[in-house]
Amino acid sequence: MRFFAPKNNVLPGFRLAMGFTLFYLSLIVLIPVAAIFIKTAAAGWSQFWQTATSPRVVASYRLSFGVSALAALANGVFGLLAAWVLVRYEFIGKRMVDALVDLPFALPTAVAGISLTTVYAETGWIGQWLKPLGVKVAFTPLGVLVALTFIGLPFVVRTVQPVLQDLDREVEDAAASLGANRWQTFYRVIFPALWPAALTGATLAFARAVGEYGSVIFISGNMPMRTEITPLLIVTKLEQYDYAGATAIAVVMLVASFSLLLLINLLQWWSAHRGT
Amino acid sequence: MSAIPLHPLTPNSNLARLPRRTGGVQSFPNAEPAWIRWSLIAVSLAFLASFLFVPLTAVFWEAFRKGAAVYWASFQDPDARSAIRLTLLTAMIAVPLNLVFGVAAAWAIAKFDFPGKSVLITLIDLPFAVSPVVSGLIYVLLFGAQGWWGPWLAAHNIRIIFATPGIVLATIFVTFPFVARELIPLMQSQGTEEEQAAIVLGANGWQTFFRVTLPNIRWGLLYGVILCNARAMGEFGAVSVVSGHVRGLTNTMPLHIEILYNEYQFAAAFAVASLLAMLALITLAAKTAVTWKSRGPLEDHANHNSTGDAHEH
Amino acid sequence: MGTTLPVHAEKEITLLNVSYDPTRELYQEFNAAFAKHWLEKTGQKVAINQSHGGSSKQARSVIDGLEADVVTLALAYDVDAIHEKAGLLPKDWQKRLPQNSSPYISTVAFLVRKGNPKKIKDWDDLVKPGISVISPNPKTSGVARWNYLAAWGYALRKHGNDEAKAKDFVTRFYKNVPVLDSGARGATTTFIERGIGDVLVNWENEILLAGKKEGAARFDIVVPSISILTEPTVSLVDKVANRRGTRAVAQAYLEYLYSEEGQEIAARNYYRPRLESAAVKYARQFPKIDLFTIDEVFGGWQKAQKTHFNDGGIFDQIYIK
Repeated sequence: MRFFAPKNNVLPGFRLAMGFTLFYLSLIVLIPVAAIFIKTAAAGWSQFWQTATSPRVVASYRLSFGVSALAALANGVFGLLAAWVLVRYEFIGKRMVDALVDLPFALPTAVAGISLTTVYAETGWIGQWLKPLGVKVAFTPLGVLVALTFIGLPFVVRTVQPVLQDLDREVEDAAASLGANRWQTFYRVIFPALWPAALTGATLAFARAVGEYGSVIFISGNMPMRTEITPLLIVTKLEQYDYAGATAIAVVMLVASFSLLLLINLLQWWSAHRGT
Repeated sequence: MSAIPLHPLTPNSNLARLPRRTGGVQSFPNAEPAWIRWSLIAVSLAFLASFLFVPLTAVFWEAFRKGAAVYWASFQDPDARSAIRLTLLTAMIAVPLNLVFGVAAAWAIAKFDFPGKSVLITLIDLPFAVSPVVSGLIYVLLFGAQGWWGPWLAAHNIRIIFATPGIVLATIFVTFPFVARELIPLMQSQGTEEEQAAIVLGANGWQTFFRVTLPNIRWGLLYGVILCNARAMGEFGAVSVVSGHVRGLTNTMPLHIEILYNEYQFAAAFAVASLLAMLALITLAAKTAVTWKSRGPLEDHANHNSTGDAHEH
Repeated sequence: MGTTLPVHAEKEITLLNVSYDPTRELYQEFNAAFAKHWLEKTGQKVAINQSHGGSSKQARSVIDGLEADVVTLALAYDVDAIHEKAGLLPKDWQKRLPQNSSPYISTVAFLVRKGNPKKIKDWDDLVKPGISVISPNPKTSGVARWNYLAAWGYALRKHGNDEAKAKDFVTRFYKNVPVLDSGARGATTTFIERGIGDVLVNWENEILLAGKKEGAARFDIVVPSISILTEPTVSLVDKVANRRGTRAVAQAYLEYLYSEEGQEIAARNYYRPRLESAAVKYARQFPKIDLFTIDEVFGGWQKAQKTHFNDGGIFDQIYIK
């Protein structure tokens, strides 16, 4: 690794730190993940393709990726709003609200699933008010959306907040003094500064939502072609002792996750180097 | 969770350190009218309420519905106790390991330049986006009786899955990125000048790390550990695949909750759930304290981005 | 790294019984009774650990290395899988214990809301438009497969063995199912706690138990004209028991299920006992019902699974058109 040797850097410990990082990464992540690929490869390309593109699996991609995108969008809009409110305004209980935003990270997914179902079922606290309006949440795609929005909620808020805090208010004042109204200032000055962070947050929320299992199965109803998420199909394949089928779908999900994350990291690299 | 500072648009711009979080709205000539302000607050609170407060309240409501006696009795059950013990044990192994890894990875990535950094960061992030079901599955493929190393392990009477080691491994995998991704952007934003100065002044590597770097990153580190711990205790999907669900032996708290729920013991299920929710709340309180603290003494320190970074995920 | 948590003392023998979802209450009672019996008979202490979950999931855990001394699963197909995929027990396992290795039986019955507002009497009423039926997912749940086969068998008998008519009947049945829960317990919870559906189709034992727990005040039990004889099966897991040196006690454990006490415990937990004396004693609890078996109508589990439930089978065709 000496050829990496950073220029103008007298700091020690690169080889030790890098060595341990790669060792631990391989042990915990790379080798296990490679097992999935090798297992799938052993079954052959045609079987992989057949499993990964069967109608029920494709329908589950549509649901998992589609609803995750909607949830990411909802979180993009409301997360931006919540971040704005939490940074810019004062109101009673703000600190508590601020702290609670992280709840979906800390609450076990199964607990989230059970309590969301309790709240949003037709007999639940919120569900009973939605029922007369003809809105069914639990056991419909809308229920999946609720669960996925819940688990992705902190991402946009937490990525936008610091940017908003660091945003130079003098620029806003300058814009205002030059005659821009508040909406123009927001649209032309504030929003361009916020959107890379919001996009990053939304993409993270999306990546997390696609793989989510624990909280969704309680509320989704699991109807084939309609409310069946992709991770559930992996479980279903396993219950039929179809390991190759399960790993085939897992490979599709893994590749999708990896590409998304790489995209985010490249996006940030791009946004960091854009100005220079 | 980004590995690169998320606010590159105002890099180190300390001009931005104008009054903030001080009810500053009124002090700006271009603030929104009050009615917009209040409707924005109302809309976002309504959103957060229906997604956060109501489900959280539901957990405690259901837990206490049959009274405090039933609530406390739920924790007297030996199966519940063993689930709590196993959960604590798992976190006690998984968190320190990921802590050491997080520091090493952040040191290598943040303080040095090398090709392929983005890919490495993405690989570290990967477990976070992998479906929990898949994370469990990979260990079955490796250590299951029909898996790669299954026969060898069986021959040597070593049990990994359906025993504590498998549960710990799955937990380590799921919580793998938490500390690292908290530290990487923080240490990147801090640069290397202080460490270089220490080295030039004759300190060795470990001295530099413990005396210079560690004090600078302690709050971010603590925050990462807190989140890592919360996730380690709450993981359901991955652990469910490798646990075997033997009551009293391989059930963690989230699995125990599922079992109680399936036995129509809803009050008890929500009681144990409330314990985890409580843990989540304590975690959040600790986190708030950490961010608040880091805002104090570190504010005038070399790094001005630490507050922001401590917020990141 | 090598062992599980040392919870039990060394002297005690431990057994692991890997079972399916609704047997929790049954084995809680039975395990205590057997431990007492074994202590009296041999002076040896035995502790039985339990694992519950979806039947196929449990079988898969055993295949992947969960060290079960005995399995007590929802259907013979899952025990067959343990033989096929892992060879942990012999092919003829089902012949080793009386009555197809099925010490207690059950059937599929209906639970409706109090007063039966939708007038549900028999299978025909379940496929009427506007009826909402709760039945779990046959892909992940054992009883869901029994439900499906019961409906299919009913339609076959009604329409003179016309397979096309049976397929149409089952298709209409699943059109009325708004939620496919992953297991029997999930379905019961959906019906009872969430208040969804007009009728719950589930194990008779599950329905009798739910009827008791939730009080007869809210629900009525409906028994259809004919239904399927469900045979949950039990087996020793030879390789595990031999290695752990627990074969004798595990064998005795399973045999004790057939004893008078075992049969009464089964009956008390709403499983239909095989033993005449217990059946007579608890006759009031179990309505008379015309039962057909899977072997008669479907030619056994292997065939039924392949035709109906495997990927691309008839159940999939119902949803994918």
